[in-house]
Amino acid sequence: MTIEAGLMRYEKLNEMIKDELQRKNKVVISNVNGQRYLGCAVDEGKTLELHGTPGNDMACYLNGGKVEVFGNCQDAVGNTMNGGLIIVHGHSGDAMGYGMRDGQIYIQKNVACRGGIHMKEFENMKPVLVIGKNAGSFLGEYMAGGTIVLLGLGLKRNEKLFGTHCASGMHGGKIFVRGSFPKENLSPNIKVSSLTDEDMKELSSYVKKYCRFFGEDYSDIMSKPFKKLSPATSRPYANLYTPN
Amino acid sequence: MINYIPREFDIVRDRERCIDCGCCVRQCGFDCHYFDDDGKTVVADSTRCVACHRCVDLCPTGALSIRKHVCDYKDNANWTPRIQQEICRQAATGGVLLSAMGNPREYPIYWDKILLNASQVTNPSIDPLREPMEIRTILGRKPEKLTAVKKGKSQTEMPPQVMLETPIMFSAMSFGSISLNAQKTLAIAAKNLGTLFNTGEGGLHPELSDWSDYAVVQVASGRFGVHKEYLNNSKFIEIKIGQGAKPGIGGHLPGEKVTVEVSNARMIPEGSDAISPAPHHDIYSIEDLRQLIWSLKQATNNEKPISVKIAAVHNIAAIASGVARAGADIVVIDGYRGGTGAAPTRIRDNVGIPIELALAAADQRLRDESIRSRVSLVAAGSFRCSSDIVKAIALGADACYVASAPLIAMGCHMCQKCNTGICNWGIATQRPELTRRLNPEIAHERVENLINAWNHEIKEIMGGMGINSVDSLRGNRLMLRGIGLSDKELEILGIKHAGE
Repeated sequence: MTIEAGLMRYEKLNEMIKDELQRKNKVVISNVNGQRYLGCAVDEGKTLELHGTPGNDMACYLNGGKVEVFGNCQDAVGNTMNGGLIIVHGHSGDAMGYGMRDGQIYIQKNVACRGGIHMKEFENMKPVLVIGKNAGSFLGEYMAGGTIVLLGLGLKRNEKLFGTHCASGMHGGKIFVRGSFPKENLSPNIKVSSLTDEDMKELSSYVKKYCRFFGEDYSDIMSKPFKKLSPATSRPYANLYTPN
Repeated sequence: MINYIPREFDIVRDRERCIDCGCCVRQCGFDCHYFDDDGKTVVADSTRCVACHRCVDLCPTGALSIRKHVCDYKDNANWTPRIQQEICRQAATGGVLLSAMGNPREYPIYWDKILLNASQVTNPSIDPLREPMEIRTILGRKPEKLTAVKKGKSQTEMPPQVMLETPIMFSAMSFGSISLNAQKTLAIAAKNLGTLFNTGEGGLHPELSDWSDYAVVQVASGRFGVHKEYLNNSKFIEIKIGQGAKPGIGGHLPGEKVTVEVSNARMIPEGSDAISPAPHHDIYSIEDLRQLIWSLKQATNNEKPISVKIAAVHNIAAIASGVARAGADIVVIDGYRGGTGAAPTRIRDNVGIPIELALAAADQRLRDESIRSRVSLVAAGSFRCSSDIVKAIALGADACYVASAPLIAMGCHMCQKCNTGICNWGIATQRPELTRRLNPEIAHERVENLINAWNHEIKEIMGGMGINSVDSLRGNRLMLRGIGLSDKELEILGIKHAGE
């Protein structure tokens, strides 16, 4: 079943998608033109395939479902996502994965500012964000849990792996970065370390998936060394206050 | 080490009455009372006393009282003792001063400068004990116009509405800032009163799922505990942009307060700091707010009204108009005296404006722009009694949020130490030995008593005015007169001076 989105209003398009998903497990939307909230709160077992450019808040509150995009995404992809899988064959805008709690997002190319902002984890819920190329400023700001992987594939000479204020206020989770990265853009409370065996195991499973989704070569990617960024303390603001 | 700050209170023990039973020793979470070296005689260290009165109220022989400790400073209207003590605290720690509960400073309280009207001769007053008196309140966006078919049946598609049996709701207090027993108390009371409680931004604890029909669930910048089920198990959803006690800054629940239970509701690891960013990072404009409002409507099939809570700040009227236009069904304005579990002292005491002025300005602006009916207006930020609420409704509020008052009904004595995580009344704490002191099965009755009493007083005041429905009171500023207010204040409040 394919729905032609065209210039249809998002309210109508989302209603049609919801209707279809009640009967079927997979819906394909073609010619998407910036319609918002596509894949909003889609449950486990349901798949949405989007062709074109979905609008803001794509797959917000995603609840276990899968959304695959053949095209670029706008802002706030996977906003407050609770679980599921998002695959973007292209790049993505600001504040992607804001507050995501579980599930995985794979972006083939780059993400703009504040990627993975305030990602968190809880018990078995551990969100993962894999970015193929590079990220803008404030990557992993307030990050409280989960994993971000930054591969740096196809970086040009003047392009940096991430923008300024990377991991500002980070107090949980980890960021794996491949190859050289701009140390001057790291926030002061972040420590850089080598990956443990356990980290490597975790990383390789994400990289394998990335290669499968986007047709990259696993050993090529793994041939460059990775580093791990993590918060120096889980309580960066513990001594900020004095009771009055 | 020199302690540069004299103690605040003296614990006074009447030795003739004291039977050394040790009740006070067990009750004081601040460890003021203890057994002397003989193991028998109870003594007290007043330095830690916060005047919460737990020991006083529970002492079986009435042997205890608390007095303000007198230690005079040299008179100085500028360098007051409070200012000097705050400097000493910061000199000792280098920390940002942190306070709890609402702004206690001597700013004008406009409720006390507004007087109400009553009927005399020209129209009859109404006795609510013997005549119908309607305080039922319906919140939600109202349609521009109604179309009806024959026999008066409406054809208009109504946006989602929320019906309350009183114009009083319990405002947001998260599980984390208050105990589960305190939240449960409010949940039970809300159900029995036909009103709503508010989860704050801490998620909904599974134990409260039975009361989800009486819950307002908050979506704040930290997005703690927010997921599809949480959003759909609610009466309405509230986007928290700001809070009257700390406009413009985020929240910070320290790891010590994130117990197993709190971590379950917030869905974060136990003991980790729960940091709410200052802004929502998906909202940098009114247009972005519209995006979040409609994403929540999408996630809930347009079945839930969406409320937006903003702190009362300088341009509140324009902001409220923008929020209404962004698609909010309910706009909550929280005044600068609103309470908090913890806020930087300087922010709490200096940022924001009074709810009275903010409410009047916002209501007027929405009327001027002919969009007042698009939203319900809820006022928050320190309603101390029923007449405050009547005045707020007459200034334009559809309903009021109260929080400090029901906490006082549960036992709070406004010692303003919520930020310490110790609360001898079991309200603003997560320590099991303290939280179990608050029994929701008993406390809910006290909260219900309070609101029922206020409901009756509201009816009585309305009856005196000759008004028999809260809808006729709403925005009825002719029922208000100012006393001792300047022309500018009267202009903003939109009321005349007493005698006019």
